[in-house]
Amino acid sequence: MLEVSGLECLRGRRRLFGDLTFTVRPGELLHVQGANGSGKTSLLRILAGLSRQESGEVCWDGANVRESREDYASSLLYLGHHPAVKDDLGVAENLAVSSRLAGMELSRKDMNAALDIVGLGKRTGLPARVLSQGQRRRLALARLWLDRRPLWILDEPFTALDMHAAALLEARLEQHLVEGGMVVLTTHQPPAIQKDFLRVLSLSA
Amino acid sequence: MSTTGILRTLLWRDIQLVLRRQSDVVATLFFFIVAVSLFPLGVGAEPALLRSIGPGVLWVAALLSAMLSLGRLFAADFSDGTLEQLVLAPVPLTLVVAVKIFAHWVASGLPLVMLAPLLGLQFNLEVQDLGVLAFSLLLGTPLLSLIGAIGAALTLGVRGAGVLVAILVLPLYIPVLIFGAGAVTASAAGMSPQGALSLLAALLVLGVVFAPYAAAAALRIALE
Repeated sequence: MLEVSGLECLRGRRRLFGDLTFTVRPGELLHVQGANGSGKTSLLRILAGLSRQESGEVCWDGANVRESREDYASSLLYLGHHPAVKDDLGVAENLAVSSRLAGMELSRKDMNAALDIVGLGKRTGLPARVLSQGQRRRLALARLWLDRRPLWILDEPFTALDMHAAALLEARLEQHLVEGGMVVLTTHQPPAIQKDFLRVLSLSA
Repeated sequence: MSTTGILRTLLWRDIQLVLRRQSDVVATLFFFIVAVSLFPLGVGAEPALLRSIGPGVLWVAALLSAMLSLGRLFAADFSDGTLEQLVLAPVPLTLVVAVKIFAHWVASGLPLVMLAPLLGLQFNLEVQDLGVLAFSLLLGTPLLSLIGAIGAALTLGVRGAGVLVAILVLPLYIPVLIFGAGAVTASAAGMSPQGALSLLAALLVLGVVFAPYAAAAALRIALE
């Protein structure tokens, strides 16, 4: 369970948001809404422990995430704006490296299955440099089909995806929620996910 | 997966990335070779003079070419988002940084160590002095990578980072230069290089212990 209380974020002298309090329980997807520049990415980075908040607390299972960094890291998957794909590594190598760095032990079969799902199964040997923007995004998201960690924080995961891939991603998110996972994401289109899972947080600029 | 497993993957990845982009390494090495070779051409082929400036020239060139490669250390990972993933990996960031520094040294420092004795021949250095040169670089180049990592992490995402790194890091390289070149000069003058080498080794121990800490802290700040 992710508990956030009294969160305040400043950028320079500007107050992006303040006194933000919410909880994300197992099986919930929190859709963070807001105009460009309203602090969605800043909020997600604070939740992931990458940025520092001005005041307030972020707690994971009752423990402050700044104090139990490594525990938190092993239950958190964060995918930011940049897909974290290395141009000089192959498609399969990229997936293998990024999941191993996140501490996952995977067989080649699992990885090929994940790449098949995102539609890169026939391109496993290609260097990532030749992929299109959407394919890079798919490669970055392939990790979601392997990751069993409970909390996913996804910054604009639907960017550059075609309709088919977006539907696949929504199905995967729904499956994760059914299994008791938690998702916090930002996106400009409301995700097509069962209403019982969905909760909305609006940041006003 | 265990901590060592994660760190081994990181080391493999960094070395693969270097192997697949060899032009970067070759460019730094070429700079080293050319910079060192310019001196005998410029100051003339006076054996005694070359012998006395040789150690200093070789060490300064090694210093500058080590600095050239610092931009590669974190910048690529920073711009493609991998650095965020490394910060969030379930291992201490200090160890991640230490592994990255080691990989950087293998790709940039180690080739210098192997090449330097060959270039030292141009300066009329004896075989024994060339041995001391290689050994002093073996102790000194990891230190250059360690100190440089702090500078590279501090200037991450800053405009004009290349120049800023030079300003930050070069003054910190001075002790390494003094003891490194001092060891070779002592050997060339027929004295024992042991004192300078011991101090260099002591600096290396200090660097190994503290530099990854400092660089990790700087990386966290750069990401905020």
